[in-house]
Amino acid sequence: MTETNQPIIQIRNVSKRFGKVTAVDNISLDIRAGEFFVLLGPSGCGKTTLLRMIAGFEMPTEGQIIIDGQDMSLVPPNKRPVNMVFQSYAVFPHMNVTDNVGYGLRISGISKAETRDRVAEALELVKLGGFEDRMPDQMSGGQRQRVALARSLVMRPKVLLLDEPLSALDAKLRAQMQFELADLQDKVGITFVTVTHDQDEALSMASRVAVINKGEVAQLAPPSDLYEYPANRFVADFVGSVNIFEGTLTLDEPDKAAVDCPGLGKIYLNHGVTGPHGANVWIALRPEKIYLHVAGKGKAVRAAAQDAPDGHNLARGTIKGMSYLGDVTLYDIQLEGGQIIRVSRPNLSRHDQEDFTWDDKVSMHWRADSPVVLLS
Amino acid sequence: MSGAMQDWKSQKKPFAAVATAPIFWLGLFFIAPMTIVWLYSFGQNAGPADIDISGTLDNYKRATEWLYLSIFLKSLAVAALTTLICLIVGFPVAMAITFAAPKWRPWLLLGVMLPFWTNLLIRTYALMALMGTNGFMNKGLGGLWDGASWLWVLLGMQPLEAWTPVQLLYNNFAVVLGLVYVHLPFMVLPLYSALDRLDKSLIEASLDLGAGHFKTFMKIVVPLAAPGIFAGVMITLVPALGAYLTPDLMGGTDSQMIANVIERQFKRANDWPFGAALSFLLIYAMFILIALQSMRSNKVKEAR
Repeated sequence: MTETNQPIIQIRNVSKRFGKVTAVDNISLDIRAGEFFVLLGPSGCGKTTLLRMIAGFEMPTEGQIIIDGQDMSLVPPNKRPVNMVFQSYAVFPHMNVTDNVGYGLRISGISKAETRDRVAEALELVKLGGFEDRMPDQMSGGQRQRVALARSLVMRPKVLLLDEPLSALDAKLRAQMQFELADLQDKVGITFVTVTHDQDEALSMASRVAVINKGEVAQLAPPSDLYEYPANRFVADFVGSVNIFEGTLTLDEPDKAAVDCPGLGKIYLNHGVTGPHGANVWIALRPEKIYLHVAGKGKAVRAAAQDAPDGHNLARGTIKGMSYLGDVTLYDIQLEGGQIIRVSRPNLSRHDQEDFTWDDKVSMHWRADSPVVLLS
Repeated sequence: MSGAMQDWKSQKKPFAAVATAPIFWLGLFFIAPMTIVWLYSFGQNAGPADIDISGTLDNYKRATEWLYLSIFLKSLAVAALTTLICLIVGFPVAMAITFAAPKWRPWLLLGVMLPFWTNLLIRTYALMALMGTNGFMNKGLGGLWDGASWLWVLLGMQPLEAWTPVQLLYNNFAVVLGLVYVHLPFMVLPLYSALDRLDKSLIEASLDLGAGHFKTFMKIVVPLAAPGIFAGVMITLVPALGAYLTPDLMGGTDSQMIANVIERQFKRANDWPFGAALSFLLIYAMFILIALQSMRSNKVKEAR
C-alpha cells in the first residue's frame, strides 16, 4: 500500500438537501491518499449523493469539498482530478473498446501515439487485451465494467470513484472482482472511493469504511473494527448479523463490567465500558461467537465459568429453526424468556457428533470478551 | 425481427385472421385508387370526363420540363429548410422535455401534442390572424414602435413617423413559418423518444472524462440520438414536401409548391393525366428518400 496520512479528499460539514429531503446531513470526513475507502449504507442513506458531490454532479447545499488541497465548490465535473465508474458502467454504446477507453485522452488533446500506448496499457491492466475492436453490446457485463474501469484509470486520476461497482455482477464474478479491484488499487496506487450497500464487499476490499445512515456517518473505521467494535446498534446490525438485547449496566470498572439483560441473562465482560452506572444499554452478540451445547450436561456452565463469575454468560433455549448453509449451520433458538437468538456453528466435520435439530433443548455460552456494549 | 418472421410462418392461420381486414382495407382504399391514378399518368384526355389510357409518356415528359421541375426543386428547398428549422428548434425542446422533472414531462409532451387536437385549417387561420397586417404580431410591433417614439420625444427629439404594418403574410417567409409551425411536433416527438432512451449516465461519464457540454453533445448525444434525428427528418421532410394547405393559404403568388400545381391540374385545368404524372413524380421522390433511410438503418444494423 502506498497509503500515507495526507488527506486527498477533505469533506467539510457537507449537507445536501433536495427540496425538503436531506440526503446528506453535515458530514465531515477525510479520505487519505492511496487508501481504498468505502461508503457503506442502506439504499437511500445518502452515500451515492456524497459520491456524486465528490465527482461534481451534485453541488453541496452547505459545506466544502477539498480535493488535493483545492476547493472544488466552483469546479465543474470535467475539470476535477477524479474519475468515476458508474453503476450502469456508462460505456458509450456507439464506440468500440479502444475508442471508449481513449475518449478522455482524445478530449484532452493527448497525442495519438501516447493515447494508443496508454489505452493498450490500461486494457492490459484490466485484462482486456485482445478486445480492442469489440463493440460494447458484444461484451458481458463483467467485461463492460472492465472497459469502464480502464476508461477511468487511463486518465490517471488522483481519485477513482466507483458507484456500486459490483452490484450488477453474479455472485462468483463479484467475489473475483472484489479481489481484482483490491489488487488493482494496490498496483496503481490511486485512491479508490467506492459506494456499496453490500457489507461483504465493504469488508473484503476496504482499508477504511464509513457507514452512512440517514445522511450521517454512523461509524468510520477499518473493516475489522467495524465488525468487532461497532459504535452503535445501527452499525452492529448493518454490518454482519447480530443478536441485540436491551439491558442495564450494573457494574463498570476499568477491567470488568456486567450487564443485566432481562431477555438473555447476566452478561459479564472482561473490560470496562465507561458508561454511566445503571444506564440503559444494548448488548450485541455475534452468532458465531456463541457456543452451542447439548442441554443438561453442565458443559456450558463449566465453559462459561472459565472467564466469568458463576451464572454469567450462559443461556438456555430450544431450537426453533435451522438453516444449513454448507460451511455453517444457522440455528434460531428460543430463549427461556421467549426471545429468539441466532447462533451460527461451523460444520467442522462431515458427520456431526452432536447433531442438533428442531426442538432440541440446548445450552449456550460465550466468552467474556465477545459481547459488545452499545450505548446508542 | 427474425423471431416475428418465424412466428408469421409457423402461425399462418392466426396471422391471416388478424391481417385479412387491414390488407383488405389497404387494398381497397389505398392500393386500388393509387393504381388508377398511376394508370391515368400514362393516359390522355379524350373528353371532358374521359381519359384514354394509351400508355403515352407525354405527361412525364411535360412534368420534367423546367417550369415544373423548378417548382418541384423549390418545394424540396422549402421542405428542407422547414425540416432544418424544425430540427434546430425541436432539438432543444426535446432535450428540455427529457431533462425536465418527471412530474412536468407529461404536461410538456401534452403541450407539444396539443396542436394535433385542432384541425389544420383552423390552426392555419389562427396563425394568419396572428400574422395579418392588423394581427397581433403587427399590433405588438406597433406598440413597441409607439413606445420608442414616446421615448424619443421624452429625449427631446422629433417623434418617429407613424408605424407602417409589416407584410408578414402571403410570401415565402409565411410559408416556411407556417410549415415549421405545423411540422414541429413531428420532429420533437421522435427526438424526444430517442433522447429519453439515452442513458443519462453516458452524458455524465463524458463530462467526467473531461469533455465540456458542447463536446459531450456532439460526440455522445447527437450520435446516440441519430436514429431519432433521421426519423424526425423523414417524418417532417416527406409531408412538408407534399404540403398543400399552408402554401395555398399563407403563400403569395410566387410561393406555390408542387402540391398546389397538382391540385390545379385536377381542378381548374381538368388535366387528370398530367396531375397524376406530377403526383407520381412526387411519390417517387419520397420513395427515394425513404429507401435512403432504410438503407442507412440497415447499414447501422450490420455495423453492430
